[in-house]
Amino acid sequence: MATDISQDVTVGEINKYDFITPSHDVFKAQKGLNPEIVAQISEMKQEPAWMRDFRLESLKIFESKPMPKWGGDIGIDFQDIYYYLKPADHQGKTWDDVPQEIKDTFDKLGIPEAEKKYLAGVKAQFESEVVYGSLQEDLGNKGVIFTDTDTAVREHPDLLREYFGKIIPPTDNKFAALNSAVWSGGSFIYVPPGVHIDFPLQAYFRINAEQMGQFERTLIIVDEGASVHYVEGCTAPMYTTESLHSAVVEVIVKKNGRARYTTIQNWANNIYNLVTKRAVAYQDSLMEWIDGNLGSHLTMKYPAVYMMEPGARGEILSIAFSSKGQHQDAGAKVVHCAPHTKSRIISKSISKNGGRSSYRGLCKVEKGATDCKSNVVCDALILDSASRSDTYPYIEVEEQDVQIEHEASVSRIGEEQLFYLMSRGLSEAEASSMIVSGFIEPLIKELPMEYAVEMNRLIELQMEGSVG
Amino acid sequence: MTETLKITNLHVSVEGKPILRGVNLTINRGETHALMGPNGSGKSTLGNVIMGHPNYEVTEGKIELNGEDISEWDATERARAGIFMAFQRPMAIPGVKMADFLRHATTNVRNPSRKEGEELIPMRQFRKELTEKMEQLRMDTEFARRYVNDGFSGGEMKRAEILQMAMLRPKFAILDETDSGLDVDAVKLASQSIAEIGGDQMGILIITHHDKLLDQNTPDFTHVMLGGKIVETGGVELAHELYTDGYDRIRASYPEAAVAEQVMAEAV
Ligand SMILES: Nc1ncnc2c1ncn2[C@@H]1O[C@H](COP(=O)(O)OP(=O)(O)OP(=O)(O)O)[C@@H](O)[C@H]1O
Ligand SMILES: [Mg+2]
Repeated sequence: MATDISQDVTVGEINKYDFITPSHDVFKAQKGLNPEIVAQISEMKQEPAWMRDFRLESLKIFESKPMPKWGGDIGIDFQDIYYYLKPADHQGKTWDDVPQEIKDTFDKLGIPEAEKKYLAGVKAQFESEVVYGSLQEDLGNKGVIFTDTDTAVREHPDLLREYFGKIIPPTDNKFAALNSAVWSGGSFIYVPPGVHIDFPLQAYFRINAEQMGQFERTLIIVDEGASVHYVEGCTAPMYTTESLHSAVVEVIVKKNGRARYTTIQNWANNIYNLVTKRAVAYQDSLMEWIDGNLGSHLTMKYPAVYMMEPGARGEILSIAFSSKGQHQDAGAKVVHCAPHTKSRIISKSISKNGGRSSYRGLCKVEKGATDCKSNVVCDALILDSASRSDTYPYIEVEEQDVQIEHEASVSRIGEEQLFYLMSRGLSEAEASSMIVSGFIEPLIKELPMEYAVEMNRLIELQMEGSVG
Repeated sequence: MTETLKITNLHVSVEGKPILRGVNLTINRGETHALMGPNGSGKSTLGNVIMGHPNYEVTEGKIELNGEDISEWDATERARAGIFMAFQRPMAIPGVKMADFLRHATTNVRNPSRKEGEELIPMRQFRKELTEKMEQLRMDTEFARRYVNDGFSGGEMKRAEILQMAMLRPKFAILDETDSGLDVDAVKLASQSIAEIGGDQMGILIITHHDKLLDQNTPDFTHVMLGGKIVETGGVELAHELYTDGYDRIRASYPEAAVAEQVMAEAV
């Protein structure tokens, strides 16, 4: 990609007008799912034939697959959903349509005005183009590609055809198939060999972002010896009128590469958040998932690392906070496909006020994958007797010479701990939120500063019971 | 007017089991009291009840602070009113840094009407004060970054309790075996610090099995607890007597309490 600077400066402008090109106007948002709608989405996006065919094929797979029988109750009427809204339709919503409780929470978190509207889906785009334009330029000079996946399909067909849908094929599960059929938005990142990006890349840096989508599709390729830290989501509650969010995230980490993918999500209480995330890690590389789940009605999410070659490592840090009417079915998967590979899973869950958290994890060692190590620690904290926590660890090992450790603990917030803190003048709410923050401290430490601060603030709010 | 913590005919049960059976004790601000007594006689229970532990049920009698009955107050309110207890076995709070915890605690105690989420005392001022206090107690400042009581040695825990007292500057402090687990030098240091912080500022109740802490904190009164009651009160010489001779004379002089001690021990 040879980008010249004068051209780069105007990228943001051009893309803004993109939203009102005539072809977009032809599309009328329509509920439900059938081949015509899928084909229309593809046409709208002016996609090449291979992508259209991929979508149509995925739709067939989606229709043929049963609903998962584990996890939580999924009460979704697939015909009652808009599968594609163009950005202008999102924009049609006004600030008045946003429920008061969401607005209140924004205020409590101190979210700036412009960002609030964006988070609430009132605006399709966060007005960050000017600020982040130079950053894009910098990345461009290093050969890094950072764009939305729709654009990538048009501009980087070779990379896309090679990797898209290869780590998570539509046949993987019903929701991966659904996403493959109707996906829109998400990030595409390519980091060339040996390039290190030394600050976290965040979704909102992206120009021309269509990132509030329900069916985001993210693909990250870290080439040999390169490294990247990608951060998505934010701690403010995300409000959409649509109730299903089903993303697919694929990550490829080549020899000696490093990738860290951090997600903090705080969905509104009506959302089904059913996400498939998977990474393949090659020789001596490291893949890290940091996954924080708050809110939603039901979240089912198990970030996975497949260690394909010797020396590969996978680390997954997951945290779930569930409150009234919420079920977090979260966990992790590590698959050792090669010898001398190592994995580590740390899962922390907090259940409060009738919330339910489950840890569901798989540790698999394939035949021939000798000298592997896997360490799993999952701790659950239950704040009251109405709340619930379960652990479902699955271990499948086909080799002798491996070392697998699994520790699980469930604790209730200790009366003695509460009393100790209260005897020092902390209120009961302050004391329990401090205990909870302490409990998730190992994860918070790993977050970029601003996220850590927000996350702590959010936990405090949750503990005060003032967030839905 | 001197401030007073007054306990009258206090009866306390845990899970329906009576432990304190009519305790009377008056502590004026500025006084030092020693509380001694055999294991299991109810000393820590008294401390916990004064501090407002929710598991201890007051079945009779009252606890008054400057004439106001505080038996129904929760621990938060009592702490903010100036009551403090250095615990015999302080709780670990993993993941919570000493400094964060103490900053909240200090703010709340100094500004009792503070609500959650309201401002904390300024970082600089807090740090300066904390560092000073830690130096006085010869604690490594690194300590402030450690998690509350998590993996602390016995002595470190007790020092941390004194540090908290120094920061919170209570009106009334109960020190429950703060000398146990400390090495000889540390006991001296602790003893000195308590005297410095306390002086005539605090009403202090020192629960102890030794007399070392009392060297520099000469008690105005020494109380002996047996079978859930304070059976005898004397001066500093009583503390020395008990430390050297044990409780045989006490048991012989108060047969009713000695029987209660037996009953309590069997109920366990
Ligand atoms: N939370 C509790 N649950 C059950 N029993 C309790 C509880 N707290 C105290 N007790 C019982 O009450 C009695 C008095 O205990 P307490 O800790 O007050 O004694 P103590 O005088 O402080 O003893 P020591 O010198 O060993 O510290 C003991 O028999 C103890 O087992
Ligand atoms: Mg005791």
